[in-house]
Amino acid sequence: MTIRVGEAAEAPSFQKAAFVLLDDTQLRKNVRHATDVITNKRAIVVGEQHDWQQLRSAASAIKEHTLQHLDHYLLQFEAACIAAGGHVHWAADADEANRIIVDLVKQHGGKEVIKVKTMTSDEIGLNKAFEANGVHPHETDLADMIIQLGHDKPSHIVVPALHKNRQQVREIFMQAMGLAELGDKPEDLTNAARHYLREKFLKIKIGVSGANYLLADTGGVCVVESEGNGRMCLTLPDVLITVAGIEKVIPSFRDLEVFLQLLPRSATGERMNPYNSLWTGVHKNDGPQHFHVVLLDNGRTRILADPESRQTLHCIRCGACLNTCPVYRQTGGHAYGSIYAGPIGAILTPQLFDMQHSQSLPYASSLCGACYEVCPVKINIPEVLIHLRGRVVREQQTGATLEAIGMKAMAGIFLSSRRFEAAQRLGQIGQWPFVSQGWVKHLPGMLGNWTAVRDLRPLPKQSFRNWWREREKSSAKKESVHA
Amino acid sequence: MRISLFITCYNDTLFPETGKSVVQLLERLGHQVEFPFEQTCCGQMHYNTGYQIEAQPLLGRFVEIFKDAEVVCIPSSSCVAMIRDHYPKMAEASGDTELIRAVEDLLPRVYELAELLVKKLGVEDVGAYYPRRVTYHASCHSLRSLHLNDLPLRLLRNVRGIDLVELQNIDQCCGFGGTFAVKNGDVSAAMLTDKLRCVENTRAEVCTAVDNSCLMHIFGGLHRQRTGIKTVHLAQILASTEDEAHR
Repeated sequence: MTIRVGEAAEAPSFQKAAFVLLDDTQLRKNVRHATDVITNKRAIVVGEQHDWQQLRSAASAIKEHTLQHLDHYLLQFEAACIAAGGHVHWAADADEANRIIVDLVKQHGGKEVIKVKTMTSDEIGLNKAFEANGVHPHETDLADMIIQLGHDKPSHIVVPALHKNRQQVREIFMQAMGLAELGDKPEDLTNAARHYLREKFLKIKIGVSGANYLLADTGGVCVVESEGNGRMCLTLPDVLITVAGIEKVIPSFRDLEVFLQLLPRSATGERMNPYNSLWTGVHKNDGPQHFHVVLLDNGRTRILADPESRQTLHCIRCGACLNTCPVYRQTGGHAYGSIYAGPIGAILTPQLFDMQHSQSLPYASSLCGACYEVCPVKINIPEVLIHLRGRVVREQQTGATLEAIGMKAMAGIFLSSRRFEAAQRLGQIGQWPFVSQGWVKHLPGMLGNWTAVRDLRPLPKQSFRNWWREREKSSAKKESVHA
Repeated sequence: MRISLFITCYNDTLFPETGKSVVQLLERLGHQVEFPFEQTCCGQMHYNTGYQIEAQPLLGRFVEIFKDAEVVCIPSSSCVAMIRDHYPKMAEASGDTELIRAVEDLLPRVYELAELLVKKLGVEDVGAYYPRRVTYHASCHSLRSLHLNDLPLRLLRNVRGIDLVELQNIDQCCGFGGTFAVKNGDVSAAMLTDKLRCVENTRAEVCTAVDNSCLMHIFGGLHRQRTGIKTVHLAQILASTEDEAHR
């Protein structure tokens, strides 16, 4: 089995990537602006929903229930989808999914495909597989198109080109579309994109999409979006191929009541998505006449097997945790090396890899808890991060790293108050080589990361427990004097 | 009331003045403070960094030392969060039914300082005097785990002489995050820079919080940049009176 999560397996550690990205003035300005705008919009529309917390609980319960009976609901979805005229394929990993999709495109004689709203296809590296087989994929979601035309990588789950501003988008469009002139107003850019895309929508007969929800009871699929480009992709082609992770299934059409309230408010700060597309199988003379769903595992069942972190699969890809994350807001999405950025990416990517790659990601968080607070399906991301850190320590380290030696020694010290007190005294004496003019300004090794930008007060001569001990002694003396 | 103090390992070692203030404050309010000498650390740093196996025995120690306490006072919200959020799970995982019961029994008696004062002792005006311009930093654990909300601010508003100014973006993490500050030093520094800017914008002389861990981080930056702004734990402000000032 080959688990692939975009190009995350080749990505540098979070620390290394972040170091470089923190210098990108434009990126930081764009990311800050975009996350501020979305966060504020979200706060307003969430605030007006009086039953928000109950909705979160309901969504969490639906997801938990579905995951506990995932086999049942997937089979139910398969049967219903086939009954409605669709075809269902099962893919254990990225390669198998790519093979299935490329074969389907070839069977239908396609040289080009239009794509929309499919992060999962980025996860499996579908575009590369297409190109290797002489098929040209066209991204039609505006942001995905900007990324594709600019030979860039997505930096956000919902707004993948959030790190670009309109001047940068203008340049990308001019170059890729061969335009001699183009304004940088939103209308100018929209018109250019519309012109470019409409031609593709009308010409290309095979569409590839992702899915927000798979409905087990009806065999239906739901995609929500803001632009209408998705609606074009889902309705105009003759052949539609939808690729979806197996965790995207929900029991019934009625459950959309919960999710279609939570998702748009969390994702873009809208009360409702402008386009909510729902379709079931095929209908004669209406929409695509060939419909395929590829159900992707690619490491998901392994996550399902871990009760401590299974909740990761609740994710509905709203991106609220990215927008609120103080770490993401500094670095943007590329630092995470994965198409899944931010707090959810920090727990999802390494788990898909069974912790064989991306071990720096669970540490890319100050555990501030802002992500958990906004998560519409109540994923306790800090809890999962801590659990995964435990796996990193237990599974990846040989036990001989400096950090592990230090941490284990400290744990031993904490087992006895006498040892702890001895360590305090040792620290008080041993610190003096690092103290100058009453301050610690340079520490060796990893601790040097602290003193790079922060001073440290030296350990005071008297610990609290020593003060307490002296106080007890003197009060005992007083008492004996009074006696 | 008989109050057992869990001072926490880093307050004990690095911030003894906070502990002294807690003792003076609680005694001034007429309570009896105990300090069980056997105590060391709650295990938070180990647990959060991935050394959960190493943190496990510290849970047993804590419970053993404080099981008979009437109430436990901890002047650190992140240590309280460790105990409240993770001890029950750790006990559960150990399969030790006695430990599970002991944790369940002890937890309702464990309080962060501001919680203890307002919720348990019902005091909002502790009779403090602190004639300085002060801004309050809400630590992440105090906000999102303990949900202290405005409890510390209610205590501060009753301090005489204080000029309390609101900190902008109060819900944003300062970038400390325990070992995060060294493991991801660059991102942590970027977060700290944002926080320092907000602190400086208040023109406060003093930044306070219920966690010395955040304050150590914030002060580290404030001092390196020679801003002249100090940080003090909430306990030190509340312990200050007209007779005795605590920095």
